[in-house]
Amino acid sequence: MLQTKDLTFSYDTQQQLQFEDIDCKQGEQWLLLGQSGSGKTTLLHLLGGLLSPRQGQVVVGDTDLTKLSEHAKDKFRGKNIGIIFQNAHFIRSLNVEENLMLAQRLAGLKIDKDHIHQLLNRLNVGHKIKSSTRSLSIGEQQRVAIARALVNKPKIILADEPTSALDDVNCDQVIELIEEVANEVGATLLVVTHDARLSSQFSNQIKL
Amino acid sequence: MNLFGLSLKNIFHKPLSTALSLILFALGVGLISILFLLSTQVQEKFDKNLAGIDLVIGAKGSPLQLILSSMYHVDSPTGNISIKEATPFLREGHPLIGTAIPLSLGDSHEGYRIVGTTKNILELYETELSDGRIWEKPMEAIVGAAVADDLKIKIGDTFNSSHGFDINEDLVHDDAGSFTVVGILKPSGAVTDQLILTRPESVWSVHDHGAEEVAEESDSTHAGEHDHDHYDEIKPLLSYENQDITSVLLKFKSRTNIQSLNMLRGINENTDLLAASPPIEINKLYDNMGVGIDALRILAFVIVVVSGLSIFISLFSSLKERKYELALMRTMGASRSFLFILIILEGLLLAGMGYLLGIALSHIGMEVMAGAMKESYRYTFSGFVFLKEELILLAGALGIGFVAAVIPAIQASRTDISTTLSEG
Repeated sequence: MLQTKDLTFSYDTQQQLQFEDIDCKQGEQWLLLGQSGSGKTTLLHLLGGLLSPRQGQVVVGDTDLTKLSEHAKDKFRGKNIGIIFQNAHFIRSLNVEENLMLAQRLAGLKIDKDHIHQLLNRLNVGHKIKSSTRSLSIGEQQRVAIARALVNKPKIILADEPTSALDDVNCDQVIELIEEVANEVGATLLVVTHDARLSSQFSNQIKL
Repeated sequence: MNLFGLSLKNIFHKPLSTALSLILFALGVGLISILFLLSTQVQEKFDKNLAGIDLVIGAKGSPLQLILSSMYHVDSPTGNISIKEATPFLREGHPLIGTAIPLSLGDSHEGYRIVGTTKNILELYETELSDGRIWEKPMEAIVGAAVADDLKIKIGDTFNSSHGFDINEDLVHDDAGSFTVVGILKPSGAVTDQLILTRPESVWSVHDHGAEEVAEESDSTHAGEHDHDHYDEIKPLLSYENQDITSVLLKFKSRTNIQSLNMLRGINENTDLLAASPPIEINKLYDNMGVGIDALRILAFVIVVVSGLSIFISLFSSLKERKYELALMRTMGASRSFLFILIILEGLLLAGMGYLLGIALSHIGMEVMAGAMKESYRYTFSGFVFLKEELILLAGALGIGFVAAVIPAIQASRTDISTTLSEG
């Protein structure tokens, strides 16, 4: 479902990052552990099509991201790849529901308010549906961000340090939640982190 | 949650800077629009009332004042001339003159001017009666549509005139004869709408009586019985050689006749009368007004440009805060062109709303001014007239909104997703 081949990337000519090939099957959950500066985020951006590699391939399902045009890549990403960031960010002028609706709209999908509602309830933030995203606690923000990554039922969920801002209790809850909901939609999950607390949770691990 | 809705939400997410841009824009647009409205409507009134009049003859004084008082009924008359002096122009059969209309001014009723004149004034202004009949005797009057409407005058009503053009109870000729309304004019848009027309004898009759009163008070050896109704007998106008009128409106038989063109100079140089050409005087007036209007127009354009700048600054500075949002939208599937259009739309929306606000301001302002102008000049203007220039103004406003948004929009569409997100 998510494969890379001979992936290299460079910000400039001197430094070149080379990544081991990855092969995650559908529905598998992977942990990518690495220290700061090891290129974790770069890899995640490459996998999400936010960056283009110098060489190599990123294949999602049957599609080679590196072969797509910029516009096609944007659309493909919106539909098939859900991304959860370290810090949850939202469109500030929109409330929780509208942020999720925008995610559906931008992916070119139909707006499905029932689905949004169910999803938020599933993540225990259903009561915040009409709230401004600024009024949410950090934990709530992260849950809404998870909801947004999942709202289009993506094939792949990429999570960039989803727990590093959370305490132990929240950390466990959030990572379990991500695993559960990824399971429910049958998505392949790849969590990128330096957070050693998570290593016990994943049987599939890659070290950078 | 479409593009349009998102743009709108973004705009109102920052109410203060949006309000500033909107107010500035509305001021500029409003000023331009009200200048259009005002100059168009004033010009319309002036042009409509030119009525093909070639020459106005009256007492010596300012030619513009003569034109304004005799044709537009806004200034005071320059003075009076005797029928004897005016006879050459009023007599039938003058080789050059097609129409000559005497005017006797000086009185009013509730601020509406009473004009002693002849029946052919109706042809001159191409107006006709909607009700009643034309006057037959002195002290019979027909009233313009606006007068009838404003004062709720009906056929058969009577009123006393008052001296001068102001509404002042002390100046009412309440001991002189009353006017009887015998006819009401159809609305024509011309100056006759706000006039009360009657025979010249009516005006003289009221004034003779007034003069008598003064004479009676100052002189106890007053001659006694006087026939107040001696104007009842209908005589040709020219037989009242010693009576005064205010002015004569002339229309030539042929405008291209060289003798006609020389008449203006001839009268001014060889007689004690003043002849004034309406087109010449009105063009001078436009030129003078034009300077002020141009200055205001330049000011308005400066305000619009500044407001365009304020839209630019507010979009540009909001980009910095929204950089992460923009990158986020890209990760959710938004293309570069989506972000470009999003920012352009914000600029257009600001400009469009500023335009609407400005147009509303100018029309409300015009309506308020129309009320004030009606008070002082009896002319009716309207705030509910829309001009096609305002559509051009809309195009201009949107153009400015677009230009102000272009650089921020390009910036937004170039947002580097990866870098922005890693910084975030």
